[in-house]
Amino acid sequence: MSNYLETKFNDIHFKNPVIPASGTFGFGREYEAFYDLAKLGGLCSKGLTLEPKSGNTGMRLWETPAGLMNSIGLENPGIDAFIENEWPHLKEIDTVTIVNVGGKDEESYLTAIEKLNAIDAQLIELNISCPNVKAGGMAYGIKAETAGEITRKVVEISRHPIMVKLSPNGEAVADIARACEDAGAQGISLINTLQGMAIDYRKKAVVFDNLYAGLSGPAVKPIALRMAHQVCQAVKIPVMAMGGISDWKDALEFIMAGATCIQIGTINFNNPMAPLEIIAGLEAYCINEGLANIGEVRGIV
Amino acid sequence: MAVILSNTLVSAGVFKMTVAFTGVVKPGQFFMLRAWDKDPLLSRPISVHDYESGQLTFLYQVVGKGTEILAKLQADDEVTIQGPYGNGFPEIIGDLCIVGGGIGTAPLYYLLRHYRDQNPIGKCRVYLGFRDIAYGIEAFASLADEVVLDVGGIITHKLSVLPGETVVTCGPELMMAAVANAVPAENTVYVSLEAHMACGIGACLGCTCETRSGNKKVCKDGPVFVREEVFNV
Repeated sequence: MSNYLETKFNDIHFKNPVIPASGTFGFGREYEAFYDLAKLGGLCSKGLTLEPKSGNTGMRLWETPAGLMNSIGLENPGIDAFIENEWPHLKEIDTVTIVNVGGKDEESYLTAIEKLNAIDAQLIELNISCPNVKAGGMAYGIKAETAGEITRKVVEISRHPIMVKLSPNGEAVADIARACEDAGAQGISLINTLQGMAIDYRKKAVVFDNLYAGLSGPAVKPIALRMAHQVCQAVKIPVMAMGGISDWKDALEFIMAGATCIQIGTINFNNPMAPLEIIAGLEAYCINEGLANIGEVRGIV
Repeated sequence: MAVILSNTLVSAGVFKMTVAFTGVVKPGQFFMLRAWDKDPLLSRPISVHDYESGQLTFLYQVVGKGTEILAKLQADDEVTIQGPYGNGFPEIIGDLCIVGGGIGTAPLYYLLRHYRDQNPIGKCRVYLGFRDIAYGIEAFASLADEVVLDVGGIITHKLSVLPGETVVTCGPELMMAAVANAVPAENTVYVSLEAHMACGIGACLGCTCETRSGNKKVCKDGPVFVREEVFNV
């Protein structure tokens, strides 16, 4: 194995900077039929909440030009069931494990984080940016002040490093990132989905029961890239960037914008092999460009 | 990638595509198809219409951008297929009654052919309903003991299920709900659901349906369910 893609995210060692994004990869099991998950830089769990959630009713998916709107609504088994049923499997995979946690209020965030103190994940991705749940979720993530407050409280009680996942739907994203950094976050990930809307003109009705939904896929990439760049300029802590990455060239652009790692989301749905193809593409790029490590082009723009 | 052997118009807006494929495919399973780059973004879940001797057939209706592209493909073109996915129909023991509506008849033909192979003396009756134009009737008629056809009406008005028959239905949700309600409780009824899907393998949770035992994934836990699981009967 070469070390072209070895990456440090603070003191966490990633064999490569490519991680499937929360919510597009379940707890990994579905993709084990396609490849050895240990080839990934890391694994990020489906968004978890303290209590199990059955998710949103009605239509949950709607395609747009080069994009996908979703309104899943954080359907998940809850923290306890995750620790009991999924974690024993996940922890055995030889890669960095990231647990994504959301909440509906401060208490539910903190209780969930405390419960996760019982396991040895390498990183927690604090989801303050889900646009598809009515309470909590994105409500914390659209203002620097509230984002900083919840981050501070979570950092205080967690024995894991906290990476805060930011919303593209709020105040200036760099301000929110700085507030999280000041509050003790050890990393930033972005972007969560962009809030959008769909109307079915034939039915004369909105598509989603929850009215608005989250847009992802190649359609959002330029916006995600701009926001990743802004945040990388604004903070010293490492950034894990995502938003419409569908091949190694997209991934490279985010790294050039300053991202330490990148997450692969929606493209997993139409190409289950996408993360491995991106890893292979980045490695080939290093070889072709004569780079010893991908880090040599990180943040060059 | 699979090589297309044929792709022909069967009826208005309905096409039959046969591709070369080697593997194990159960009736009621589906594949994710795509023959384009990033737009449309998602692959299209299409049920298996038939599978025999390395030839995999899909019967599909053109409803949007993806199926429009599929319809334009020709023999020797390639199409990306992932699968087979989904649980498929269970092995049917005893007599079978099939109720299909529109393009929902697609997976039922492979079911019937498989049933015939496994149950040479079993009785199989088929009800097929279409809104405007019927298609594929001869194929069913060649294997079934009886075919009842309805065009423009409501197939459940003609439906009469015999004691001991296992009922399998696929079609518009309203039709399947009507079948689920019309068939006596003593008969087992299997329904094959349709849903918008992104991944087809159980990761995205986009096709979740409510069942008596909590949320299930149409793509992975289904698409075939026992009627009591998914309909209030």
